[in-house]
Amino acid sequence: MSRRPGFVLEVDRSTPPTLVWRGEGFGLETLPTGSRVIYAPEPVQPLEDPYAAIRHALLHPLGDRDPLPALLRPGMKLTVCFDDVSLPLPPMEAPDVRQMVIETVLDMAAEAGVDDVLLVAALALHRRMTEDELRHALGDRVYDAFAPNGLLTQHDAEDPDNLLFIGETAQGEEVEINKRAATSDLLVYVNINLVAMDGGHKSVATGLASYRSLRHHHNPHTMRHSKSFMDQPSSELHSSNWRMGRLIAESGVKVFQIETTLNNDTFPSGFGFLQKREWEWSVRDRAKYLATSATLGKTPPRLARQVLHSLRSPHALTSVQAGEVEAVHARTLEHVWAQQGVDVEGQTDILTMGLPYICPYNVNSIMNPILVACLGLGYFFNMYRGKPLVREGGVVVMWHPTRPEFHPGHHPSYIDFYEQVLPETVDPSRMHKEFEESFATDPWYVHLYRTGHAYHGVHPFYMWYWCAHALAHVGRVIVVGGDPRAVRRLGFSPASSLDDALEIASDVVGPSPTLTHVHNPPLFMSDVR
Amino acid sequence: MSTLLFERSLPRFAAARVASAFGSGKGAGVGPLRLVERDEPELPAPGWVHVDPLLSGICGSDLATLDGRSSHYFEDIVSFPFVPGHEVVGIVRDETPGAGGTALAAGSRVVLQPVLGCAARGIEPPCPACAAGQVGNCGRVAFGHLRPGLQTGFCAETGGGWSSSGLVAHSSQLYAVPDALSDADAVTVEPTACAVHAVLGAPIEHGDVVAVLGAGTLGLLVTAALSHLSVAGRCATPSAVLVGARYAHQQRLARELGAGEALPSDQLARAVRRRSHSLSYGGSPGTTTTLSGGADVVLDCVGSPESIAQALAMVRPRGTVSLVGMPGKVTVDLAPLWHREVRLAGAYAYGIEPERDVHPAVPTFSLAFEVAAAQRTGRLVSATYPLTRFEDAVAHAGAAGRRGAVKIAFDVRHPGLGTERHGGQRRAGRRPAGPNERPARTSTQRGKGPAR
Repeated sequence: MSRRPGFVLEVDRSTPPTLVWRGEGFGLETLPTGSRVIYAPEPVQPLEDPYAAIRHALLHPLGDRDPLPALLRPGMKLTVCFDDVSLPLPPMEAPDVRQMVIETVLDMAAEAGVDDVLLVAALALHRRMTEDELRHALGDRVYDAFAPNGLLTQHDAEDPDNLLFIGETAQGEEVEINKRAATSDLLVYVNINLVAMDGGHKSVATGLASYRSLRHHHNPHTMRHSKSFMDQPSSELHSSNWRMGRLIAESGVKVFQIETTLNNDTFPSGFGFLQKREWEWSVRDRAKYLATSATLGKTPPRLARQVLHSLRSPHALTSVQAGEVEAVHARTLEHVWAQQGVDVEGQTDILTMGLPYICPYNVNSIMNPILVACLGLGYFFNMYRGKPLVREGGVVVMWHPTRPEFHPGHHPSYIDFYEQVLPETVDPSRMHKEFEESFATDPWYVHLYRTGHAYHGVHPFYMWYWCAHALAHVGRVIVVGGDPRAVRRLGFSPASSLDDALEIASDVVGPSPTLTHVHNPPLFMSDVR
Repeated sequence: MSTLLFERSLPRFAAARVASAFGSGKGAGVGPLRLVERDEPELPAPGWVHVDPLLSGICGSDLATLDGRSSHYFEDIVSFPFVPGHEVVGIVRDETPGAGGTALAAGSRVVLQPVLGCAARGIEPPCPACAAGQVGNCGRVAFGHLRPGLQTGFCAETGGGWSSSGLVAHSSQLYAVPDALSDADAVTVEPTACAVHAVLGAPIEHGDVVAVLGAGTLGLLVTAALSHLSVAGRCATPSAVLVGARYAHQQRLARELGAGEALPSDQLARAVRRRSHSLSYGGSPGTTTTLSGGADVVLDCVGSPESIAQALAMVRPRGTVSLVGMPGKVTVDLAPLWHREVRLAGAYAYGIEPERDVHPAVPTFSLAFEVAAAQRTGRLVSATYPLTRFEDAVAHAGAAGRRGAVKIAFDVRHPGLGTERHGGQRRAGRRPAGPNERPARTSTQRGKGPAR
């Protein structure tokens, strides 16, 4: 049976309740008659032989690049960089696609007699990965061959000895990236394109950059004018990265980009009902839903979090392309859209979304209130092309418990951001002017970022800037089931039920609004016309 | 005339201590405090006058005494039985010179400076501290023609503010209240003077990070004083004043009174760390325990073992911890104090504040009046009670933070009346049902709130 595309369901009296994520749990919600529910396309058929496909891509590069073996020679300096723990979501079942690609690259390097090889996790300002996470991403064979010898490193955006200033773009954007990568004879970047935002020049220009460089595009102005940053041609964020990437190329840094796409087979078989359409649930699916939701509902959040974060996704490789960055990325986006694109006619007054337990920045961690905002307004809101799903001045309704909980080791500056910045302002521009630099240069945050597993001190600001477009666009944000104080701290309105949320929303959108629900995850992108 | 009298009674003292284990202020009903009918105190010597209290506050030191938690240190510098109440605004009955020689007409509103120093005790020549105007440091508080008592409210001969039969005060203890100040503003002048003295005694420099631990009456008044005095040029201007306040209303008030940041007490160390650009060590990654740097000055307005330990953990090396809140016998690890060469200083009462730049030396109380007027410190008076409801009043004061209050006071203007403020509204109370009894331990009305 051929896979079915995504589609838009109009809720009528016979429509069963809709599954909605609520952090470390989920439930069924009855949406008003006439509402629209957008479902993701079914998973794209995976590549039958991933290793063969990877090898083929490396041997048949796109754009102005020679096949990888032709770029490898004895005595050269080779740096292999790869996306970090923030991708994919949830973490995929072994073998991870990075492992498959890097093993193939390393085999070719060995065949060519390349001795000087260094692996670099492209963290940007993310937290350092743990050994378990690195082993999962790279496999034991690669880890054990490189890590003990110090040849598996993680990019340190605060290490002045290992940063190289490349120059400035015509717009005055300073470009400073990992020195080892920039001075290598060949930089191979291994990417996972889970969403359209990833990849392209953003891989090197962001993943290997310093704060000095990142601040030129991770700021409220750029974010507000990225409409959306899931749509590269309309994204200021990407325009800046593209300028930087081209400058990096012009400076002589030779990048061999390897991009991969995954299908949206998100949950393991035991949780398969989570990505089915509700009216197609079998009796077994319903039983699993009842058992799982009841169990999670009675499980302390901490334990539920552990259970859910232990899930491994059956994501499978659907494409791999290698070569010159822009040529590669153009092909990658075609594959991403083939998997995730859904045509949607017209905008809505109210956009509703259930927020799951995980986002790119809380893998094996806690989804704190700032990340809740970022997932809803930064990611799900921006999963569009053309125009936002919700009309200007409309309302976003999100389900999430939004507990004021933080992982002190992973998100230390988030705690202070929540306690010391948000009470003062939720305006991205004001916090950018008044608070960002002191957090970005705070020596303790720098220390924890460099030596522990902490996100950089400035990271909570970036997460808030991620929301800037949505904050400027919508008239109100309502969180159903969230901790009222935490929700208010974010500048949003708390509601205890969807009915209450709709009542609150009526002040903004009137008594008979249109409503559209994004049935996420699995992830999809709305092509709004 | 009703008077609340604190008598020496070991069984009642023990009962109060036990009861206070269930919460500060719980011991008032079983402790040594009793409501009695009592005549006005006699004038002990020339230069003394009668003062009829209007409002009299319940202070943290009063609570410690009523809870049986007060330090044994004070045993030799108080005399029993005494009438508590040293935060007093009242009416002077007869014409008298006031502090500094200002004439006070009969019927004038006055605030009491309660320390019983050499002048009040008729000691000539005065001790060196009193001679220098530092009456709070008087070394003669157990001597002279008065029985021992460091302050009015702890001396058997002077009476105190918790009485409708009046108290006696030496002319050197009385300050005229400007007409612009309400009674509520005026009753906060004494604790404001303590706050002013603490702020001006702390070695605060321009650009310092200053942390204030606690946002009860004293913490809020310290915040108010620091804000006002730095603007007025009386003290240096810190780069940040960070206040640890447990309750939301305390945080709001702290911000209104000039705190740069007011946050839950358990968040204060994080804020201090960030403001002082410190590192932190100890505890799990990302948590804040001991700071490598820290605040230049920590004003501890709590005085508990926990707050002192917290202060020592967040002050910078060679910084200063000032104990503003009255501590008792505490067990604290002083290793950080030793290792970081921290100065630990007390801040008690008031006196003469030294000159600074263009500002001449001035009595602490004069500055306290300024602060009270500028910051409308009367806003901190959350509720007043009649003396007859002393158990409720003390219980309210003991749980002030939890109950959304700050300062609780006795209203002695109209025996039997009390008021409560809610959102700035001041409501007249009504007389509680039933007559006072003698002895009036059995309060005539019990309830959670003040008289209504």
